[in-house]
Amino acid sequence: MLYIKCPYCGLRAQKEFSYGGDATVKRPNINEEVSSEDWDNFVYMRKSPRGKHTELWQHIAGCRQWIKVQRDTATHEIFQTAKVTEEIR
Amino acid sequence: MQKYSVFSLIKNAFSNHQNWEVAWKDPTPKSEYDVVIIGGGGHGLATAYYLAKEHNIRNVAIIEKGWIGGGNVGRNTTIIRSNFMYDANARFNEFGMDLWRNLSQELNFNVMFSPRGIINLAHSDAQMNAYARRGNSMRLNGIDAKLLDRDEVKKLIPMADFSDEVRFPIFGGLMQPSAGTARHDAVAWGYARQADDMGVDIIQHCEVTGFDVVNGKIKGIRTSRGDIKAKKVGLCVAGSTNILAEKLNMTLPIETHVLQACVSEPVKPLLDGVVTFGAGHFYISQSDKGEMVMGGDLDGYNSYAQRGNLPTIQHVLTGGLALFPFLSRLKMLRTWGGIMDMSMDGSPIIDKTHIEGLYLNCGWCYGGFKSTPVSGWTFAHTIAQDQVHELNSELRLNRFSTGHLLDEKGLGTKTWIG
Repeated sequence: MLYIKCPYCGLRAQKEFSYGGDATVKRPNINEEVSSEDWDNFVYMRKSPRGKHTELWQHIAGCRQWIKVQRDTATHEIFQTAKVTEEIR
Repeated sequence: MQKYSVFSLIKNAFSNHQNWEVAWKDPTPKSEYDVVIIGGGGHGLATAYYLAKEHNIRNVAIIEKGWIGGGNVGRNTTIIRSNFMYDANARFNEFGMDLWRNLSQELNFNVMFSPRGIINLAHSDAQMNAYARRGNSMRLNGIDAKLLDRDEVKKLIPMADFSDEVRFPIFGGLMQPSAGTARHDAVAWGYARQADDMGVDIIQHCEVTGFDVVNGKIKGIRTSRGDIKAKKVGLCVAGSTNILAEKLNMTLPIETHVLQACVSEPVKPLLDGVVTFGAGHFYISQSDKGEMVMGGDLDGYNSYAQRGNLPTIQHVLTGGLALFPFLSRLKMLRTWGGIMDMSMDGSPIIDKTHIEGLYLNCGWCYGGFKSTPVSGWTFAHTIAQDQVHELNSELRLNRFSTGHLLDEKGLGTKTWIG
């Protein structure tokens, strides 16, 4: 079981959260011309690193907020969590 | 090579089985090969075998970080099927079914292919309609499909919960009678033994640390056991695809996730083929030893750990219990995990890349084992001829940018997110 520290609610079990994928993927700017390649990169392409990964989770069975989690994809160790508006360093 | 048969078995019994030939050698890497296949799993071994057999390319090396057959080919739930709706997937995997049917004879190694059928259960009228459609598509591609009503399902799996109280009653199901299971280790070992016999070097405990690319052309690879020159390099590394892609400065429509499976203690024969639950993600079959082999959802987050967490197992088995209440009496023998190269539409990629001489075989999601022979066959063709075969002509990397996705489940991108 992973234990994730929600920045709003504190340490909770993984079962309360749902996963939202890589948090570093940026959506192309709205109302601007987007090349097919940029859109392709945004929708489909993922680095999926082995090691530190900054990702989105939603505290779906809690405060329902989206949060950022920095986690090791090889060991599952969680280093840091933050509100979605905050940066993870 | 010594032929395996009942006679060689009897002969070797007289010497207490001490004099069997080694099944494959342990060579030191040469400095140069025509083709280097990275990844000594089922797909890599099959690719090397078909390169040698179908294309007479024998100066081939398989480079494996661990030991052959130690990854997903030894971790899957051994299901073999071709019950796909889209033409590209159906044709590809049905060609694979033909390879499976003759595989034990071809490899002179009993892979225990046992076509006892797969039943996908339906729990609503809408699901029955969807299965009727899928069944019709399968039959148009020459694949056997049988739509079963509730009574027909009950005859085949009477131990399922057919009572009135269930939350998801069984309406019927779609059956592919020619689907089945095989002994996964034997598939890896059978391919390895034959490939080795035809001159392929199987190099284990050798990690790829980098690539030599000059002017957009592959020249060789760097490994923990020295540099190896190669005219062509094929990537067959499933869950490690992204790690190697990073060394090549490539980004792929792949995420790596952990998938768990589990087996119960062995019991007497009670389940003939494979059954999948239609109201949750759960599938089950019974091994020849009698263990119930079960699996279901991904853990759901990026992972290279080859081990998962308990909540997912509990979630999957909750679905299992809803379908087969008898499972509550069984003890769990073990659970394990493997890392999956999840493609963004749920279908695989077998293609050339923008680097000349570098070929890509990945994106197998949870379903790589069943495609082992056909994956090797088409990948060998793609490498040998430097062009995709008709069978993998739609399994290309550029389908994501052109919009020709093979989203078999019709869920759009990231079909694996629950």
